[in-house]
Amino acid sequence: MGKQYLPNLAHKDEMLKEIGFGSIDELFSDVPKEVMHEFNLPEGKSEYDVFLEMNQILDKNKTVLEMPSFLGAGTYFHYVPAHVKYLIERSEFLTAYTPYQAEISQGMLQALFEYQSLIAELVGLEIVNASMYDWGTALGEAALMAARVTKKNKFVVPKHLSPEKKKVLETYVAGAGMEIVYVDWNEKGQLDLEKLKESVENAAGVYIEMPNFFGLIEENIVEVGEIAHDGKALFVVGVDPTILGIVEAPGELGADVVIGEAAFFGNPMNFGGPRAGIFATKNDKKLIRQMPGRIIGMTKDTDGKRAFVMTLQTREQHIRRAKATSNICSNEALVAVAAAIHLASLGPQGLRKLGEIILKNTAYFKRRISEVAELPFDGINFKDVLVQFEVPYDIIHERLLEKNIHGGYYIKPHFPELGESALFAVTETTRKEWIEKLIVALKEIIAEAGL
Amino acid sequence: MYRQAKWDEPLIFELSKPGRVGFSLPDPIEDVEVDIPEKLKRKKLELPELSEPEVVRHYTRLSEMNYGVDSGMYPLGSCTMKYNPKINEEIAGHPKVAFIHPYQDERTVQGALQIMWELEQWLKEITGMDRFTLQPAAGANGEFTGVMIIRAYHLDRGETQRNEMIVPDSAHGTNPASAAMAGFKVIEIPSNEQGMVDLEALENAVSERTAGLMLTNPNTLGIFEEDILEIAKIVHKAGGLLYYDGANLNGILGKVRPGDMGFDVIHVNLHKTFSTPHGGGGPGAGPVGVKDFLKDYLPVPVVEYDEENNRYYLNYDLPKSIGKVKEFYGNFAVLVRALTYLKIMGKSGLKEVSEIAVLNANYLTQKLKGTRGYELPHKELRKHEVVFSAEPMKKETGVKALDVAKRLLDHGLHAPTIYFPLIVHEALMIEPTETVTKEDLDYYVEVLKKISEEAYSNPELVKSAPHNTAVRRVDDVLAAKRPVITWRMYKQLKEKGEIDI
Ligand SMILES: Cc1ncc(COP(=O)(O)O)c(C=O)c1O
Repeated sequence: MGKQYLPNLAHKDEMLKEIGFGSIDELFSDVPKEVMHEFNLPEGKSEYDVFLEMNQILDKNKTVLEMPSFLGAGTYFHYVPAHVKYLIERSEFLTAYTPYQAEISQGMLQALFEYQSLIAELVGLEIVNASMYDWGTALGEAALMAARVTKKNKFVVPKHLSPEKKKVLETYVAGAGMEIVYVDWNEKGQLDLEKLKESVENAAGVYIEMPNFFGLIEENIVEVGEIAHDGKALFVVGVDPTILGIVEAPGELGADVVIGEAAFFGNPMNFGGPRAGIFATKNDKKLIRQMPGRIIGMTKDTDGKRAFVMTLQTREQHIRRAKATSNICSNEALVAVAAAIHLASLGPQGLRKLGEIILKNTAYFKRRISEVAELPFDGINFKDVLVQFEVPYDIIHERLLEKNIHGGYYIKPHFPELGESALFAVTETTRKEWIEKLIVALKEIIAEAGL
Repeated sequence: MYRQAKWDEPLIFELSKPGRVGFSLPDPIEDVEVDIPEKLKRKKLELPELSEPEVVRHYTRLSEMNYGVDSGMYPLGSCTMKYNPKINEEIAGHPKVAFIHPYQDERTVQGALQIMWELEQWLKEITGMDRFTLQPAAGANGEFTGVMIIRAYHLDRGETQRNEMIVPDSAHGTNPASAAMAGFKVIEIPSNEQGMVDLEALENAVSERTAGLMLTNPNTLGIFEEDILEIAKIVHKAGGLLYYDGANLNGILGKVRPGDMGFDVIHVNLHKTFSTPHGGGGPGAGPVGVKDFLKDYLPVPVVEYDEENNRYYLNYDLPKSIGKVKEFYGNFAVLVRALTYLKIMGKSGLKEVSEIAVLNANYLTQKLKGTRGYELPHKELRKHEVVFSAEPMKKETGVKALDVAKRLLDHGLHAPTIYFPLIVHEALMIEPTETVTKEDLDYYVEVLKKISEEAYSNPELVKSAPHNTAVRRVDDVLAAKRPVITWRMYKQLKEKGEIDI
């Protein structure tokens, strides 16, 4: 099957003859006979059969449209306007590759330059690359870059970091032999500055997130940057960019490097991928030279007309090989373009409004959830809220699911000190009825548990 | 004659009109007042303001100045620019793919887990490996995963001195870069005159410090490493492992498997052999397969199937795991596309893919061979791709591989990969794939021959190409000398009068 994609099947013999081969087998005469292998695989099917089969498999998934969900913890249900999907599915974008031939790829190059430009405005830094794989790998790359720039090998991060990012970071720096130091949170669920000061000596970089893993806005972000700089470390800020309509650009708060997740704009959750990591730095040659990833620049053509091209490539693997700043080659270009289209559609008013809606919805959720559970940390939350229960959370989760509600992300396995806690998240997509249903259900479950 | 759209399309920032709105957002649930501390409040936010139709027109015009597989022949070597079936997009765009959260209870995402599990079974049989992780986001991410697994294996056995990774000089740049990232010292070995691994050089390179060899087979010249079994023996005897760069399996599908050739670890690019679109540079996916003795080192989680209860689940219980190389489980929507493709192709279809891909590459090789200015170094018999050299043309006319590439664009044809592999001077690396027609191949050869004639009669015409694309030849030296990376930088330069574009 699949003959519909293989035009020359119809000309096999004629073509073989034209080039003087007797059979297809002759084309494979260089393959050692003793290891040749016939696939033990099912035969192909018609497009319709596969369409049906894939639909049947997918039908076993229950989406967040079919059951109110309060999951967040690094992936959020945002609504993506319909036009974004139609535009990135234009096959001139979709079926192209990396714009090696700039003259025939101006569309993608300009779209990526605009992505870099939009992110630069958001984060308040001049230099942005055309994407990393995701936020987690951007964190790994930022740690490696900090080590190269400062020639030190310790990287300081909050202990309240998502388990995903922790694991990616640790794997990324293992080869370089870097040490990752985790700094505790304080009673407000924010980075403990005193403990940070103790860890900063000899650090290549200090990392903080806005909002942090508990969904809290870190109030002392500027002070954290100052501590980092006093210790001659790079200040790296990780940001959920959907907050940047209401919270100051990290570049204005002292960040040398900003990373984050671009796919929160313009892309559905897709079970966690694809995504696109933001990577931005100050306009400082020392930093640019050590930056990972592809970068698009503006230049001109021979007629003097504005044109775009991949630039500063001497950092990259195809030229530098073992000495490259990163091994990344294919990136997440189309995800980045989708994010750019969404951002351009939001504009300054939309982005501000989106941030305000999420902030208000989160505040409303906190008020309602505190009717039935404890909130260990007081502060301003954006999307995620840490909620503590007296009833074991696995019971709550199970009972909620029976009532067709998906609760939050149970974090005890990763942070045992927080007890029966889960991160519940809301966004602009969360409906009042969902929260109502959740609170009613939780009241019932807690009453049944006899507490 | 080909004519690409030449819009003078401004930057989206230049299209901005204050007050225009391109969004519609729901109201907040309740108008609660929340105060962000003054020092953290957003001050300036200079994003463009456009309505939705303007945004749509802007990106539509940009797309018209871009060239994809659907636009015409795109024989970019090593990249396998085959046709991307539209049914893949249809399935991947399903709400049951888009609207699921990675932390959902396993019982609510059985379909997603089944897709991942099924894809793994296909990849295992296709490559001859025993277990796969689907987590890596691209080939290079997969290479990093693979070499980290090799590192973990040796460390686990106490062989801490194994810190060298051998890489042939014809290897893709990501191979040495990934090995270096994993902390290995990279040992480069030369190829022989046939374009294959030099066995003597390999013998001399291996030692008790060897962690492994990273190999592409067919290699980046499109040549099958005939001595592969001997190569495997040499590396294994020295205590090293064999890593297979399977970015591209188009030349061997249904014929021979890396697992049977002696490879211990492999990555494959779904955005090549398995027809998922390249998206202008990504997203792709780079699953990694290992032999049984390495499966404990795979990233977490792996997908398991409990046959008794007909239940799929995520297994995080791999105490020796290297950790994670990407958040969550990989580029799931890309995995969906690949499985869709595999189910349509099936056993015979996949075999026909490599038969036709190899036929097409050899057809083009034989048709182009002997054309003035192009030389065919190394062996003639190729697999999925071929590398010609424009060195004679450069010497005789001053026309370089780069110029040939640009002149091809004028004919509505994408250029081959150029200047790679590094061991061929003025390399033109051509990979037609199985989805082109005979006429496409004939026309490509015809144009390459015409360019050869032009090079010898009117070299300026070739050197000044392209003429028919959205812009003329771009000045990449200027781009690197005076970097303008963002609108923000552009505005600063403009204010200082230091830029005139
Ligand atoms: C032979 C080979 N190896 C590795 C890679 C890297 O793959 P990716 O770009 O997906 O990281 C590529 C593709 O660019 C390749 O052609």
